[in-house]
Amino acid sequence: MEKEEIYREKLEEWKKIYSKSISRIPERENTKTLSGIDLKTFYSPLDIQNFDYFEKLGYPGMYPYTRGIHPTMYRSRYWTFREFSGFGDAIETNRRLKFLIEHGETGLSIAFDYPTLLGLDSDNPLSKGEFGKAGVAINTLEDMQLMFDGISMKDISTSMTINGPAAILWALYIVAAESQGAKRSELMGTIQNDILKEYMAQKSFIFPPEQSLKLVIDTIEFGSREMPMWNPISISGYHIREAGATAVQEAAFTISNGLTYVEESIKRGLDVDDFAYRLSFFFDSHIDFFEEIAKFRAARRVWAKEMKRRFNPKKERSLWMRFHTQTAGVSLSAQQPENNIIRTALEALAAVLGGTQSLHTNSMDEAWALPSEKAVMIALRTQQIIAEESGVANVVDPLGGSYYIEWLTDRMEEDIYRYLDKIESLGGVIAGLRKGFFQREIAESAYKFQKDLEENRRVFVGVNRYKIDEKLEIPILKVPDELEERHLARLKRFKENRDISKMHESLNRIKKYADSDNLMRYIIDAVRAGATLGEITDSLKEVWGEYIEPVIW
Amino acid sequence: MRKIRILIAKPGLDGHDRGAKVLARALMEEGFEVIYTGIHQTAEDIVRTAIEEDVDVIGLSILSGAHMYHFTRVLELMKKNGLNDVLLIGGGIVPNDDREKLRDMGVAEIFMPGTPINEISEFIRKNIKRPS
Repeated sequence: MEKEEIYREKLEEWKKIYSKSISRIPERENTKTLSGIDLKTFYSPLDIQNFDYFEKLGYPGMYPYTRGIHPTMYRSRYWTFREFSGFGDAIETNRRLKFLIEHGETGLSIAFDYPTLLGLDSDNPLSKGEFGKAGVAINTLEDMQLMFDGISMKDISTSMTINGPAAILWALYIVAAESQGAKRSELMGTIQNDILKEYMAQKSFIFPPEQSLKLVIDTIEFGSREMPMWNPISISGYHIREAGATAVQEAAFTISNGLTYVEESIKRGLDVDDFAYRLSFFFDSHIDFFEEIAKFRAARRVWAKEMKRRFNPKKERSLWMRFHTQTAGVSLSAQQPENNIIRTALEALAAVLGGTQSLHTNSMDEAWALPSEKAVMIALRTQQIIAEESGVANVVDPLGGSYYIEWLTDRMEEDIYRYLDKIESLGGVIAGLRKGFFQREIAESAYKFQKDLEENRRVFVGVNRYKIDEKLEIPILKVPDELEERHLARLKRFKENRDISKMHESLNRIKKYADSDNLMRYIIDAVRAGATLGEITDSLKEVWGEYIEPVIW
Repeated sequence: MRKIRILIAKPGLDGHDRGAKVLARALMEEGFEVIYTGIHQTAEDIVRTAIEEDVDVIGLSILSGAHMYHFTRVLELMKKNGLNDVLLIGGGIVPNDDREKLRDMGVAEIFMPGTPINEISEFIRKNIKRPS
């Protein structure tokens, strides 16, 4: 560094002023980041010595993409405004999707109910009490068609949060879109399909890890051949973070999972450039503003570096970490819920300053129920205000070059690498899962987070400070019982009106080829033959069995 | 003196286990005997475990919105099996009107997100039905 001596001399001078200042007014005790990284009073050129601009940042759209994957970012196109939606049955959800499109949403995102997430039809005894509560119930091709009735599936991108049975929901989507006259090659969207993080955090797994992973690679392979505009996977840190992980753990575990999918796809015989450009990511944006921005930047850089180092792709796009962001559900309070609007706005702003491609903003009432129409409208407007009023979208990576942001980005990169090494030494992600490594790491961080709150080392406004006696004054969404009756009647009718023997033949082919062939076309055939989500899942359970989680806490 | 025995359980298909695990561990550190079931438990599983483990308290954690059904089933089976002296509490994402209904049905308390753990442990000590 030039003139380093001067910086050091001046720093000595500053230390004198500093001592005097803290003798009068000491600094607050807890100035760590949310994830526990110790912070100094301020950052200066001394903290980012030997900072090579092109090695660390580059220009936007250039390796290592720290500043963003596109040269113009939001100057050309805003991120996609994509609100996670779904409740009750397909018809009710169709109404909500149209409401959001009408008010300026630019991409769809489907939340499924718990039975659907676990591959159960709504008439399964295990589905009792769960219908339509945490999302929409989709069992049949007819359900999928109804959910998109009047919405042109070739013109809007749709993200589906589905994992265990992702291949089946994707098949339902493809066949429904084709029935609208769309070509599968022009469909845009995402299936979450990140099964590894299910075992770590979200827990909507069905089959054992090895077989699940086989099915995921089937979808990646199928996508690379037939669906060039579709993201067959969204490698997700969100649920890992929400389950309690720190920012670094979120990024590191997600990147490890991503690299595992790449390795497995290459083992299948795919060329890295055939599919890597369609891998997408999904992160949390928590309440520590700068830590989140640094996390997004560091994760993008580490992904590009590791993809290049390990797989040396020819296409630039194979190095891109494209990601969706959701603001942090765990940061919402049930108390004084209107305050959640402010939290969400800050978290959304961090995601934008971190260069997200797509964003979901939580609604203020989500510590109580699924969002009401009023609440989701405010959440959507929050994005529109950030994009179209605040001016933050006018310059790419506006915080690039900030001493603090660059120091923190570097620090997170180092910490991410420490975890990557650790996971490798455990024998990789699946070995780590079997050993309970990730589960323990996450549980430990979650416990520490709670302790910090309980012992008032961390402030949660309205929860452990500034509490009031209050009467809840926001509307709460209820899923009407009639929707279940309507759905079950439809399911019954659907099952009565199909060629049973043809349907069974299609399921037999799924069972026959479960281990030996790519299952996507057999699943698509089964959907065409009228097989339901539950029937297809059951046929795979017959061959693969089910995963029972070891209890680690 | 026998320690108070608590079963923390996750009914239904819900996979959100952060709260359940944190609470189980914190209650253990406060001196309770804690059994955690893991996820995906039916009401039958939960009540069977409660009997086998001879617990004083059952705590259900549920964030999936399916609370009315699962609490009702657990209450029914508790009655059927004569667990009248076992305290049933819960926590998770439960709207106020449902909380009131559940309290009327016999759930001692439903704790909201953000409840300090010592509030839960005090509640258990004060309201426990069996002499310890």
